[in-house]
Amino acid sequence: MQVAPSETAALNSYSPELRQQLFLCVLQLADTSLILGHRLSEWCGHGPVLEQDLAMANIALDLLGETRSLYQYAAELEGQGRTEDDLAFLRLAVEYKNPLLVEQPNGDFADTVTRQFLFDNFHYHFLRALKNSPDERLAAIAEKAVKEAAYHLKWSSEWLIRLGDGTEESRKRLDKALDTLWRYSGELTKPTATEQALQAAGIIPDYATLLPTMEAHLNHVFQEATVPVPQGVFMMTGGKEGRHTEHLGYILAELQYMQRTYPGMKW
Amino acid sequence: METVEINLEEQFQARIDADIRIEPKDWMPDAYRKTLIRQISQHAHSELVGMLPEGNWITRAPSLKRKSILLSKVQDEAGHGLYLYSAAETLGASRDQMLADLHSGKAKYSSIFNYPTLSWADMGTVGWLVDGAAILNQVPLCRTSYGPYARAMVRVCKEESFHQRQGFEIMQTLCEGAPEQKAMAQEALNRWWWPTLMMFGPKDADSPNTEQSMKWRIKRFTNDELRQKFVDMMVPQAEFLGLTVPDPALKWNETKQGYDFGEVNWEEFWNVVKGNGMCNKDRLGARVKAHEEGAWVREAALAHAKKRAAKAETQAA
Amino acid sequence: MNQSEWPLWEVFIRSKQGLDHKHVGSLHAADATMAIQNARDVYTRRLEGISIWVVESQHVHASNPDDAEAFYDPANDKVYRHPTFYQVPDSIKHM
Repeated sequence: MQVAPSETAALNSYSPELRQQLFLCVLQLADTSLILGHRLSEWCGHGPVLEQDLAMANIALDLLGETRSLYQYAAELEGQGRTEDDLAFLRLAVEYKNPLLVEQPNGDFADTVTRQFLFDNFHYHFLRALKNSPDERLAAIAEKAVKEAAYHLKWSSEWLIRLGDGTEESRKRLDKALDTLWRYSGELTKPTATEQALQAAGIIPDYATLLPTMEAHLNHVFQEATVPVPQGVFMMTGGKEGRHTEHLGYILAELQYMQRTYPGMKW
Repeated sequence: METVEINLEEQFQARIDADIRIEPKDWMPDAYRKTLIRQISQHAHSELVGMLPEGNWITRAPSLKRKSILLSKVQDEAGHGLYLYSAAETLGASRDQMLADLHSGKAKYSSIFNYPTLSWADMGTVGWLVDGAAILNQVPLCRTSYGPYARAMVRVCKEESFHQRQGFEIMQTLCEGAPEQKAMAQEALNRWWWPTLMMFGPKDADSPNTEQSMKWRIKRFTNDELRQKFVDMMVPQAEFLGLTVPDPALKWNETKQGYDFGEVNWEEFWNVVKGNGMCNKDRLGARVKAHEEGAWVREAALAHAKKRAAKAETQAA
Repeated sequence: MNQSEWPLWEVFIRSKQGLDHKHVGSLHAADATMAIQNARDVYTRRLEGISIWVVESQHVHASNPDDAEAFYDPANDKVYRHPTFYQVPDSIKHM
């Protein structure tokens, strides 16, 4: 693959160690969008109303677009000749580094909205800061994705409010969804060693700086939804280091089916 | 009173004959309205149910590019269903009622979607063959006599044009790929060829409503005309791909400048129409489930909108 | 029939700056905010628009086709309202 001169320059300016860390981090971001996009695409044809079927497919398509840009960049960083599809389809479960939240099942619409809101609130604020990364490729990917994420956050915020301050049943279901999913929200802003290294190098934003705006938005949405913010919940972690819930295996069984059954073919 | 009615009906037909579009508030015969609601809603239902056989493969698509294309294609079908329901709503039908008719089995949808999608090549075949057949049906409807229907069809056809191409591209990639891929493509064509020919409906002799529908210009070609056109269009494409159309009777007819082809299995056709296809129960079951499980979501959104409106009112007061 | 059907909205889209909003179709939504977002998701998937209006369908008032003759035919013989009605000598420019 032909690499533009400025990109080569940027890649070459990293030490081998940092470049490896960056590769792992980009991979983690790609895995995250892939798995969440995959989950959302499961709704296609089964949404609660036709208009929302289209809305969820739009979000899934945005995430898949972001996924591809990230895997392509990861493949270049790795420089081993692997393609976006090799990275997306041909790794082992422990090699996927998405946070646990995004692999959780769709459940009912309240589960999906809750999972989406918790992720969007991080994703949007993260991308907004990532736009300023000195890494030009990451900054460019963030520049495009942040516009999409802004819309996702709007969508999931409004739905969370509707479900919280809707009917008795929708409130009950939202409470249940929060009870299941809140414990996966902490992992998003808890940096791994890889993320810490990149934060120290100034390539990705320090999550501590994102927290105030994230919390402000979350508090506002929960207040509108008349839902108390859960307190003192033990936070589950591990996904970003390859220790997953059982759900990921089933996702990969479907996702990888064709590539595993027919190795090395063009589609 | 009687003469006035006859007069209106004559005027109505005269407008149609002059290719003047009928718009929602114009006078129209009850039978025209009813037939249109049936036809448009049936078309909308087909888009909605048609999401399922392909949606089935989104999570298994073999590459990221194919996954995005397939998802956006199935999403388009949701959009097309929506445009068509909207067109039917201008005739006084409600979407809820139309869906209730679908769910109760009173309303029909295209039988082709009662066949299972069993391999990745089916995504190619459905796009190439099934959408190809649908386009033949749909393009003439862009000039149908009822304005909102014609406008919805213009939008549908514009978006649909990529669907067939992506299907053909999948087939071409398979046919130029490994032997397993080529075999996958042939196997899919074998399964889908005949059901696709059935999509054009029963033979003209067994299609009693065709005459009236043609007169009203809500149908512009007969079933057999379209079927012939389809075969003539598709056989060269199959040859290009190096695939064999599974019909021993298929033969070029120099005099009619078209292909002769074998008889569709009409017993199978009527069986699937009556509900005995491989997937009738699954497809309808999935739609009913989505609608019923969505009820609380729709209710919550309405309840919240009401609360919000009430709050805005007290604040304004 | 359950009572959970969302109201119907008419959607108008400005396809590019400088053009007016044009009716493109309708959709269902629980409130105006959702109607605009649904319109975005349904009717602008292929860069069809840069601005959206939605109006709840029940608030659209339409003229009656029965009035068409009385409404529109009287304009028929007022040809003097059109510039082509007037003959201007060939030698006169810029008119």
